[in-house]
Amino acid sequence: MTQSAAAASNVTPLKTAAPSAVVALPQPARRPMFGPRTKTRLIDLASAVIPPVLTIAALLLLWELLCRSPTSALPSPSRVVSDTWELIVNPLYDNGGNDKGLFWQIFASLKRVALGYALAAIGGIALGALVGQSRWAMRGLDPVFQVLRTIPPLAWLPLSLAAFRDGEPSAIFVIFITAIWPIIINTAVGIRNIPQDYKNVAQVLRLNGWEYFHKIMLPAAAPYIFTGLRIGIGLSWLAIVAAEMLIGGVGIGFFIWDAWNSSRISDIILALVYVGAVGFVLDRIVALIAVAVTRGAATT
Amino acid sequence: MAKSFLKIEQVEKSFTRGAMTNEVLKDISLEVREGEFVSIIGHSGCGKSTLLNIVAGLTQATKGVVFLEGKVVDEPGPDRAVVFQNHSLLPWLTAYENVALAVDKVFAKTKSRAERHEWTMRQIELVNMAHAKDRRPSEISGGMKQRIGIARALAMQPKVLLLDEPFGALDALTRTHLQDQVMQIQAELNNTVMMITHDVDEAVLLSDRIVMMTNGPSARIGEVLEVALARPRKRLELVSDRGYIAARAAVLKFLYERHRFVEAA
Repeated sequence: MTQSAAAASNVTPLKTAAPSAVVALPQPARRPMFGPRTKTRLIDLASAVIPPVLTIAALLLLWELLCRSPTSALPSPSRVVSDTWELIVNPLYDNGGNDKGLFWQIFASLKRVALGYALAAIGGIALGALVGQSRWAMRGLDPVFQVLRTIPPLAWLPLSLAAFRDGEPSAIFVIFITAIWPIIINTAVGIRNIPQDYKNVAQVLRLNGWEYFHKIMLPAAAPYIFTGLRIGIGLSWLAIVAAEMLIGGVGIGFFIWDAWNSSRISDIILALVYVGAVGFVLDRIVALIAVAVTRGAATT
Repeated sequence: MAKSFLKIEQVEKSFTRGAMTNEVLKDISLEVREGEFVSIIGHSGCGKSTLLNIVAGLTQATKGVVFLEGKVVDEPGPDRAVVFQNHSLLPWLTAYENVALAVDKVFAKTKSRAERHEWTMRQIELVNMAHAKDRRPSEISGGMKQRIGIARALAMQPKVLLLDEPFGALDALTRTHLQDQVMQIQAELNNTVMMITHDVDEAVLLSDRIVMMTNGPSARIGEVLEVALARPRKRLELVSDRGYIAARAAVLKFLYERHRFVEAA
């Protein structure tokens, strides 16, 4: 009972909006302005946007209520906004050293991810093609991959620091080693699943190795490859934050760690929001590329 | 000239799995003349598709040899283009691109880019598919897919055209239409064709000779029937043609009286 009452109080602005939308329907005079198609589009848009907005509003409210007391360990959303207002409105400032705006912090992280992930994509597709294509390569490499892929990303960091003697290449290596396994494994599965029909066509046409690779193998396995690439980008973004906490320097991961060390809890929360948003956007970008490249064969 | 163009000599095929050896084809010998249309008919499971794959080079015979113009066939090649039963078009390419893939590969050195485009278009027009050339396989009907499959095979200018139950997956009306089209194209280009089928009417209508296979395992050629009907053949006129009726009866008799399909297999 109390729940529904609380929900009703939340929904008030919407409830008033809903009847007005319903009223608009029977009025014939309005029709020329909003065609039936725009109307269905608006309804579609509303039904896509309103539920998440409502959920977020409810969660923020809950959070505000829980952390309202001055003695609470975590700041309430309103405190976060007031504490971090400088950071929100000045994402581009640069005072030298690590003292940079959030845009530059995220940009530095994205640069590392871009490099490590690009290497993982190239290496992963190449190795996946090898393992998918050759039975002996699979027998030899698959057990190795199955063991290596279970190693947590951060466990590679000390080793790569020892090897590279520098934080920057080590972080990139951690991204690479994190993202490469799902790309290898999915590519190999996709290539193993190429229908015999396509192979027959290639044989009758006498396509050579390179022609077979880019005319049959890549497009036929593309939906699988993109599944791997999507998992890979997600893992990369997970790993970079953790890796940067340890290597330091400019980057959203170290920004969070630094904020913790100076007890700026509100900064941490703001950074988490940005990390989540960027991760979401990265995932959508790879998904959209997948749809464009496979001409709709891959699912978003 | 009666020289043999395609020669299948004592071909046998068996598959071995562990200690089990399964003999599919036994002692198959057949000669096909240039420009001849030969059908191979038999119940399902008799290994007729295996025989076609051996001629295509996609499967290796256990024993025996296939010669094409005196040369041994031991690998697949565009001189023996195959129209596959399930069309086998590449779904990420348009109809045009599917045909062009073959044309660009086979004529990479002998035709200019413009000539290859023209040649691709000519094949597509030959099967009356110019209107749908930019559609993808998922956007066209089964019959249209198979027409593109035929265009792709013809585009390679094969010495032998191998048809693996090309109309098997189509509805009866589409099938009739495509059979007529294949007959017309064959008359025009005088291709040598080897077709696998299990449809008696189709075999009699299209073929110069019908090769009837016994049931597997260890299938062999049971009987060969010459179909001496004049070309061009008209489906409707043949219905009451004596030669047609006799040929049809002979094949039916072979398939359903002397070599009935054994369900237990």
